[in-house]
Amino acid sequence: MTKRPTFFSLILSLPLLIWQLTFFLFPLLFLVAISFWTVRNFQMTPDLNFANWERILTRGVFWDAYFRTMVLATTAAVITSAIAFPASYAISFKMSEKAKRWMIFILIIPFFTSYLVRVYSLQVFLSDAGIVNAALGYLGLGPFTMLNNAFGILVGMVTLTLPLVILLQTFSLNFVNRDLIEAAHNLRCGRLRTVFAVIVPSAKVGLVIAALFAFILSFGDFVSPLYLGGGNPPTLSIMITDITKSGQQWPRAAVVAIMMIATLLTVAFAAITYAYKERGK
Amino acid sequence: MGNENRIINILLKVHIALCLLFIFAPIAGSFVFSLNSDRFPSLPLGEFSTEWYRLIWEDPLVWQGFGNTLVVGLTVAVIATLLGFGGAYTDFRYNFTGKSFYVALALLPPTIPVVILGLAMLAFLSRVNLSGTTISVIIAHGVMCSPFAMAIIRLRLSQMDPDLEAASWNMGGNQWQTLRYVIIPFARPAIFAALFITMAVSFDEFAVAWFVSGLNETLPVKILGFLQGQVSPRINAIGSLPFLSSMTLIILAQLLLRSPEDKKS
Repeated sequence: MTKRPTFFSLILSLPLLIWQLTFFLFPLLFLVAISFWTVRNFQMTPDLNFANWERILTRGVFWDAYFRTMVLATTAAVITSAIAFPASYAISFKMSEKAKRWMIFILIIPFFTSYLVRVYSLQVFLSDAGIVNAALGYLGLGPFTMLNNAFGILVGMVTLTLPLVILLQTFSLNFVNRDLIEAAHNLRCGRLRTVFAVIVPSAKVGLVIAALFAFILSFGDFVSPLYLGGGNPPTLSIMITDITKSGQQWPRAAVVAIMMIATLLTVAFAAITYAYKERGK
Repeated sequence: MGNENRIINILLKVHIALCLLFIFAPIAGSFVFSLNSDRFPSLPLGEFSTEWYRLIWEDPLVWQGFGNTLVVGLTVAVIATLLGFGGAYTDFRYNFTGKSFYVALALLPPTIPVVILGLAMLAFLSRVNLSGTTISVIIAHGVMCSPFAMAIIRLRLSQMDPDLEAASWNMGGNQWQTLRYVIIPFARPAIFAALFITMAVSFDEFAVAWFVSGLNETLPVKILGFLQGQVSPRINAIGSLPFLSSMTLIILAQLLLRSPEDKKS
């Protein structure tokens, strides 16, 4: 179809393009631009000045936050994927069509609840005199400190990403060719070996993309680090909100934001390259 | 499947149950706490009370926030679904140079952390004197929600027989009539789903709104304020209301959109 675009096709395709160029791509490019601007008398002035970059990138505080955020997001992605896989496997291979539809419906529900409210609720579960510690107390365990530390942050991140990861994994497992599994069984391949030698490689792309989404969401999340992790030491996203709230130092916040986007693009590119790489090449 | 093992199947079921428990415990918790008289919820529970609901009912700020949320959510749903439908149809029907750029640009926003989107929108919108207005929240949410609408409608279009359109053209229908009598009826369930999903995404989106909204706060931004100030069980009550209304909408949509063959079961 290499015809001249018709009036009809332009009416349908252009609005989205114009909207996303104007309100999505342009603001992000503008963010790059203001990272070189200077702030004088609480006013941003256009400039080509590397002071903001220098100020952020030479600070130990920034790099501590950077690695901390990386470790948290990576851990959250790994844990969530590991917890999700048996569930996705069971939904995809062991359930009737009707049960599958119900499970998918149930897993969509969390998207309609406020993440903020869930995090607030988690505070009640995880606090020192909270529900989890009370339950453990009956068993003669604890109390454990589960708030204002990495554990609390990870619980929040896993709660946030688990439904999405199970949905994405189930979706990719549904595309695994069932004849391959039958063939593996006929060739005397054990159950676990079938999972790791047949199912996981066939669904590799979907599994990696699900983990990538968990990483992206956790990397940018500022609610769990703030309300379950206590906000100190800060993650990159908390840094951005702090700098933005504390006045007109938007150019510095822009530097942190650009570093985050660069990191996400690198990780996404690496993950997708890995996902589509053929084995043995 | 050839070889089934009862024990493994039971273990898998238990694992799913634990996952669901983990996902839904906080949600159920916030329901229970919203009806509990204690100021600092803990076990054992206090008395049953609707005090927190009464408090937010009488709070004019909550009503104002709720009004803003509703206006933004409805407007965003319509805009995002229109944009998303156009994008989905474009991806389905046309091939052109730069198509991958078009699709990537359309679908990328959910992968950008909301904090960064918020900052970018704030910087950009304050330059064009729009920050702090309801319009700015609608613009920001339109960017964030249209990818969801596009993905949902695109999935539905891929289930359509491409010959249907060709048949319609052969019968003398022009492109507009084909759109009106073939494509839109076929995509109708997805269009409704997109409306509901985008509205729900907008209802729950607080971070970007908080960056750009200024004084016209939406309800989630109010919750953020509550969280930063005094910790109050009112948060649970406020959170439960949009959830209940969203769920009612979805279940209604499910009932309305059930296909005839489902009705027998």
